Amino acid sequence: MSDGLELYQDAIKRLANAAYGASQLASADGEAKLNNPLCGDRVVMQVALSNGHITAIAHQTKGCLLCKAAASLLGARGAGLDAAAIDAATDALEALLHGQAAAPADWPELAMFRPAHAYPSRHKCALLPFHALQAAMRSRIGDTR
Amino acid sequence: MSEASVLRAGFPLLAANPGLHYLDSAATAQIHRAALDAVVCHETLSRANVLRGSHRLAEAADQAFDAARRRVARFLNANSAEEVIFTSGATAALNLVAHAFGATLRPGDRVLISQAEHHSNFVPWQMLRDRAGIELDLLPVTASGELDPAALPRLLSARTRLVAVTQCSNVTGAWTDVAAIVAAARRVGAKVLLDGAQAVQHGPQDVRALGIDFYAFSGHKCFGPGGVGVLWGKAEVLAALPPFLGGGGMIDEVAPQRSTWAELPRRFEAGTPPIAQAVGLASALDWMMALDWTDIHARETRLGAQAIEGLLRIPGVRLLGPAGTAARAPIISFDIAGLHPHDVCQVLDHHQLALRGGHHCAQPLLAALGVDACARASFALYNDEADVAALIDGVAAAVRTLA
Repeated sequence: MSDGLELYQDAIKRLANAAYGASQLASADGEAKLNNPLCGDRVVMQVALSNGHITAIAHQTKGCLLCKAAASLLGARGAGLDAAAIDAATDALEALLHGQAAAPADWPELAMFRPAHAYPSRHKCALLPFHALQAAMRSRIGDTR
Repeated sequence: MSEASVLRAGFPLLAANPGLHYLDSAATAQIHRAALDAVVCHETLSRANVLRGSHRLAEAADQAFDAARRRVARFLNANSAEEVIFTSGATAALNLVAHAFGATLRPGDRVLISQAEHHSNFVPWQMLRDRAGIELDLLPVTASGELDPAALPRLLSARTRLVAVTQCSNVTGAWTDVAAIVAAARRVGAKVLLDGAQAVQHGPQDVRALGIDFYAFSGHKCFGPGGVGVLWGKAEVLAALPPFLGGGGMIDEVAPQRSTWAELPRRFEAGTPPIAQAVGLASALDWMMALDWTDIHARETRLGAQAIEGLLRIPGVRLLGPAGTAARAPIISFDIAGLHPHDVCQVLDHHQLALRGGHHCAQPLLAALGVDACARASFALYNDEADVAALIDGVAAAVRTLA
């Protein structure tokens, strides 16, 4: 789109509205709550794990469309992933937001966040759920990075 | 040319961006050419440190800085320039009071703030409570976000030492009934601090008529440079307080074992003050004092009313704050059902509209109003009907884009 509103393409709106994983786990092995202190957005991410891999994922997200879409993407794709895979996906999203042209083959959905690279104040919006999921995984495995 | 257009021409950024609809003056007002020129002139011709220099540049800097203090005192109708303390901003001014006045409090003493405060007049008092063992009381707000005077009698007591509240909410624009606050505080012998950050861009102030003890504001919110703010305090109140920051400039004498403090206002200005910024601020305030504020207030009120009326015609829009414009500055915050203000403001940016979305550093107030975040359009003297029309069209477009 030429008006600069490519950020709000239909795919990202559909993903945000689908709100995959927007729920609460009765019993979680890992959990983290992250705030964006600049705007007050908040993500609570919960995971159930087996041998370090996610068997169930749920989140409660208060945030903008980018934040909700990112949380929804993780809700849809998170099951089966381990901490290394989450870290790799987070790195890939950060690279896209810093201008890398293409999304990795195993995370093509990340491409929808690339238009946000022109708006640094919005990077945290998309990254907050990913960082929350990383923290939730670490809360389980004891990595204190 | 409209009056707003004439005023707008004095703001270099706005003059260079004629298509921009700047509606974020509650966060930072644009700098007036008089202030900008004064900073450049000072830094070009008179740059030197103040105090104790005997060369001619130091003399010039001293004179400019002292004059700036007198000019700020005039804007505030203060009794004397010695009551004016330059800080780095309103936040620093409020923290100064929290530390210096806070040092005179004892466990069990009470400070009353309101739920409508900006975090800068909230967090310093929580920190004081936690380190000094005082009690912090919270004046609630009404459903429209106004300070609730009915709660004052039960919240004030003989142990209340200070009432520290906003003069005007940065979210709802609601004006505080300062007279009611001051009268209630005086009945229990409490001092009163006003956070004037949002009030100063709407005209000169009269701290004596307000009847208060402390007043804090920032230069960047009243068409001056950033990096400078003011704490005004009654001379006798300030004189009874210990310093906050220690360092050069604030001492009378330093001996190996102990130091003694300078008189007002230097006691509270440790280190090199924001000299050029103070000169720029003073020029902005001089410029403001020459304006016809009756006309400006009428126009600001009219724009606020038009904005409220137009926004409420858009389905899903809910206005935060007082109904109408009688009790509010032209600060219009709103929520749109199902849309996040960040997304709304991002779309508005593409329509050349500069608005702020978020919690506006007032999370306790937003919680009371039942929202996590909101969008805010804030009008200043350089805004006109074209800005209102663009706002209404832009918000309607944002709803279409984001739905």
